[in-house]
Amino acid sequence: MPAPVVAIIGAGQAGFQAAASLRDSGFAGRVILIGDEPVLPYQRPPLSKSYLAGQSRADDLWLRPSEFYANHQIDLVCGDPITAIDRGQRRLHLASGIEFSWDHLVFATGAGCRPLAVPGAELDGVLTLRTVADADALRQRLEEAREVVVVGAGFIGLEFASVALARGSLVHIIEVTRQPMGRVVSMPVSRFFTEAHIGWGADVALGTGVVRILGAEGRVTGVETTDGRLIPADLVLICIGVIPNAGLARDAGLTVDDGIVVDEYLVTSDPAISAIGDCANFPTPFAPARVRLESVQNAVDQGRCVADRLAGRPAPYQKVPWFWSDQGDLKLQIAGITIGHDQSVLRGDPANRSFSVFCFRGRRLIGVESVNRTADHVIARRLLAGDPLLSPEQAADESYDLRAHARSLTGR
Amino acid sequence: MPKVTYVHPNGAREVLDVPLGTSVMRAAIVNSVDGIVAECGGEMMCATCHVYVEPEQLGRTPPQSDDEKAMLEFTASERKPNSRLSCQLVATPELDGLVVYLPETQV
Repeated sequence: MPAPVVAIIGAGQAGFQAAASLRDSGFAGRVILIGDEPVLPYQRPPLSKSYLAGQSRADDLWLRPSEFYANHQIDLVCGDPITAIDRGQRRLHLASGIEFSWDHLVFATGAGCRPLAVPGAELDGVLTLRTVADADALRQRLEEAREVVVVGAGFIGLEFASVALARGSLVHIIEVTRQPMGRVVSMPVSRFFTEAHIGWGADVALGTGVVRILGAEGRVTGVETTDGRLIPADLVLICIGVIPNAGLARDAGLTVDDGIVVDEYLVTSDPAISAIGDCANFPTPFAPARVRLESVQNAVDQGRCVADRLAGRPAPYQKVPWFWSDQGDLKLQIAGITIGHDQSVLRGDPANRSFSVFCFRGRRLIGVESVNRTADHVIARRLLAGDPLLSPEQAADESYDLRAHARSLTGR
Repeated sequence: MPKVTYVHPNGAREVLDVPLGTSVMRAAIVNSVDGIVAECGGEMMCATCHVYVEPEQLGRTPPQSDDEKAMLEFTASERKPNSRLSCQLVATPELDGLVVYLPETQV
């Protein structure tokens, strides 16, 4: 019997990890890693952080050097999008005309920026941020930009805003909800970061949408908002979330519902196909409903989970979610999933710019958001891996030793 | 350029020239040194670039931040007094000749 072939669509963090971990696990078949960007697999987090700020170079982004792929017998195909998937024949068709057969297929197709459907969104100077090419364009524009409008106060928008503010640009942040990063973080953390950005000099408009983007001679000149303002701008970043790249999967007849639907083993509705990373919608012990997570942790751990299964060691995916965001002098670290908490307590004082919010549902700890407080974050990740047995009262009491608590449960 | 020696658990040694300002972690990644995973890319969010510094050379390494100390709780291999995150060992002239031992596993 010929060696099995695993084809991975998408050469981002998840796809790369699946390929690398297949080799680490001793998988003996062929591994094909196919990406649609014309560059080596790279890290995305720095694109809105150190890379955007000019503190790191493109060479610092590559996950591994080009020789790595050959040395590990990973067939890497860059800059060649998939055009069709034939599930019956188990064949992939690429834009260049190349075809591959596969025994197991892994979707690691990621997500794309959600477009803003307003007049003027096509003007020169209206940008999005997802790829290294986007970051290069944004970095160049930022050199000359005097007045910047950020549409959407999620992680990308706020990280970009903090870089632009540090560069001395005038920054306007427009957010349609009343709560920046509100899809993910608790109210106290959202408020704290909103005030931090105001403190750094940003103009923040909450509960405000964009009516149209204005331009002259094809170039952006400003933004008209739903509260009737005309904000001048020579650079507009649209960052209102992402849409999972699930079109190919849908066309192939797989179940898709806010991402490619998988079971706890990350298998799609076709047992010969898996999905991992930003594009996968999966059940998790860390939330009452299915989730789709956009993070390095999720991409890496799901890549490993699929590789282990394909190498003959199947296990359900149950890793503690974690996440971080750098904004100015603030490092936000999140352990667990805090959405849907019914109680939250503060540990530490936001006035000192170092605190954590412990979030509970039915008095069980479900997640912790820490600002400049790594020690709490580390303990939270350890506690959430089992039954945390931590009460809100203990969490709020700074004299209660969390480290000793964690040690009593985990023995470490 | 400072030279750094990476010693694998089986005793094999690799010597790299690490440009000033580049971390011991990044140099290992760029040169495909197996045994450094660096999942988070040097953001001190994981502990998969864990190394043991040659004990006699500990005094030459930069001091540990509280964040590094906290994150070292996640090492997959035993944490020892000479445990460091190699993303925090940025090459300086003082680090020339540094020897780091790679742990059995990073995950």
